[in-house]
Amino acid sequence: MYMANAVDNGPEPCIVVNDLTMAFGSFLIQEDLNFKVNRGDIFIVMGGSGCGKSTLLRHMIGLQRPAKGDVFYGTRSLWQGTASEREQILRNTGILFQSGALWSSMTLAENIVLPLGEFSDLSQAEMREIASLKLALVGLAGFEDYYPSEISGGMQKRAGLARAMALDPDILYFDEPSAGLDPISAKLLDDLILSLRDSLGATIVVVSHELASIFAIANDSIFLDSESKTMIAAGDPKKLLAETDDPRVLNFLTRGHPKSRLATPTESGSSFA
Amino acid sequence: MNGQAESRGLNYQFVGDAELEIVFSGDWKVGAALPDMSGVLQQLDSRAVRQVRLLAGNLGEWDSRFLTQLTKIIDRGKERGLPVDTTELPGHVQELLRLAYAVPERAGARRDEKRIPMLAQFGSSVLEIFEDFKGFVEFVGEATLSVGAWLMGRARFRRVDLLQVVQECGAMAFPIVSLISVLVGLILAFVGAVQLQMFGAQVYIADLVGLGMAREMGALMTAIIVSGRTGAAFAAQLGTMNVNDEIDALKVMGISTFDFLVLPRMLALISMMPILCLYSILMGILGGAIVATSVFDISLTEYVNETLRAVHVRHFIIGLCKGAVFGVLIAIAGCMRGLQCGRSASAVGSAATSAVVTSIVLIVVSDAVMTLILNRLHL
Repeated sequence: MYMANAVDNGPEPCIVVNDLTMAFGSFLIQEDLNFKVNRGDIFIVMGGSGCGKSTLLRHMIGLQRPAKGDVFYGTRSLWQGTASEREQILRNTGILFQSGALWSSMTLAENIVLPLGEFSDLSQAEMREIASLKLALVGLAGFEDYYPSEISGGMQKRAGLARAMALDPDILYFDEPSAGLDPISAKLLDDLILSLRDSLGATIVVVSHELASIFAIANDSIFLDSESKTMIAAGDPKKLLAETDDPRVLNFLTRGHPKSRLATPTESGSSFA
Repeated sequence: MNGQAESRGLNYQFVGDAELEIVFSGDWKVGAALPDMSGVLQQLDSRAVRQVRLLAGNLGEWDSRFLTQLTKIIDRGKERGLPVDTTELPGHVQELLRLAYAVPERAGARRDEKRIPMLAQFGSSVLEIFEDFKGFVEFVGEATLSVGAWLMGRARFRRVDLLQVVQECGAMAFPIVSLISVLVGLILAFVGAVQLQMFGAQVYIADLVGLGMAREMGALMTAIIVSGRTGAAFAAQLGTMNVNDEIDALKVMGISTFDFLVLPRMLALISMMPILCLYSILMGILGGAIVATSVFDISLTEYVNETLRAVHVRHFIIGLCKGAVFGVLIAIAGCMRGLQCGRSASAVGSAATSAVVTSIVLIVVSDAVMTLILNRLHL
């Protein structure tokens, strides 16, 4: 059971996943997941395709009820409370979906204004200013009145990020941010994530299997395995690469060439960036 | 038992006591006539064979068809525990075979066709209907709560969305409603006139068309048009939003999908359906008038007077109320099927189909119930 004062003077846990089991009916996806995300960390959920990374994310943002276990934000339980308590907790989070998931019937500015209008008392003009600012932060100044279908996939992702940041959340979730982006855009998005963490002090959870970006941004992670259906490693990916004894983790982190472990992480990362 | 067989492209023979040598030659590709493999496979089953060697004599051109034959032999060999030596096949073939066998088949991944007994199939479809009904009741409940929240001024949606749906399902439906209603009026007039003419009572065409359109056909025809135009569009829109994670994005932001998506659509249809119905009734009466004046020698004044005498405001109100009820049902069916939509392109298609089917069923059933009740009440 999670206790708020278990760690003295240690880093402050922001999200605690406790004994989480995920399943669709009788089909088990992952079980016994236990980990903490500390405030201000960039935390990576990694693992091969189809191991349940995105499903874990859906459990953490309240879209799917766990088969067992719970997710705590601070000391507040996400799944034991009512739907409105859940909403309250999640108001502090922003999510960038894999596809961007911008509301296609609204312009980019309207996409950002909608959550603002829902949860603040700002005037239309002020909200519009905030929307412009957020778009400028992700490099989309001037695109306020474009519809999502009129811009490229990379721009949609960045606009999705601008929307996720609309309410200045403390926690940002990213579902495969660099999937489908060219290497330069992926790198720019990584830089953006880093500067967001540094400037806003946000806690960031990223689902990813892009090694280059994992090594570039992460300072903590868990590794999900689809065979054993649980997490088989945790910690800073760079340290994992240097120290892990598990061939599955090593294979993943070295792109199937365990012998290249001696290369520094940034090198092994940049070789396919 | 030195079995030897010859055929075009495929030879096999025993070398020593226990080694079966299979030699492929000629073309093994799509379009070529392939030799019969059954003889070779039978040989593999014979007890004498201890190992198998595959040779490519003067193999010509080959493609995947050659590989499938090889895998047949290798698989059969594996079943019997025979070592199959492929090292003398061409390098490319060996490489492809290595790839094909590199990742072992995942246990349980193959989907075997299961035969489900008819009774079980029947049972599960009955259960499905129950589930579906439960979903419908839940949806209606949520929608009611949402309307309640709106009446209390708590539900939030974008006014632009409401106006857009109003335009989409109201104003833009006028042309098709005009066409269908005039034609239905014409048809009613003709059908009735043939009978009424026998009694020389053609003037009652006006009663028939007026009452028929006002009480039944106006609302019914409009509802069927709107369910095809708008109900299907609702399902497709919401379904695509679901495929696109847009619904999840709303949920995560704590924005109620009912307030934000279902409510404006429902309000738009409730407000537009009576207007469309009224228009449809008038168009139907116009259609009747065209037939009566041009074919059956009734003057326009006579027709109008007869219509005014026969059709009371009460009949119009009944028709418009029915229209409003149908509007709610269409909105519920469309939005429900859209939100229940799966996460693929084909699911969006079936959501649209199912929205139309559901709303037409609901329309006709509710119309029957309402007609029965009104009849009992002598209205």
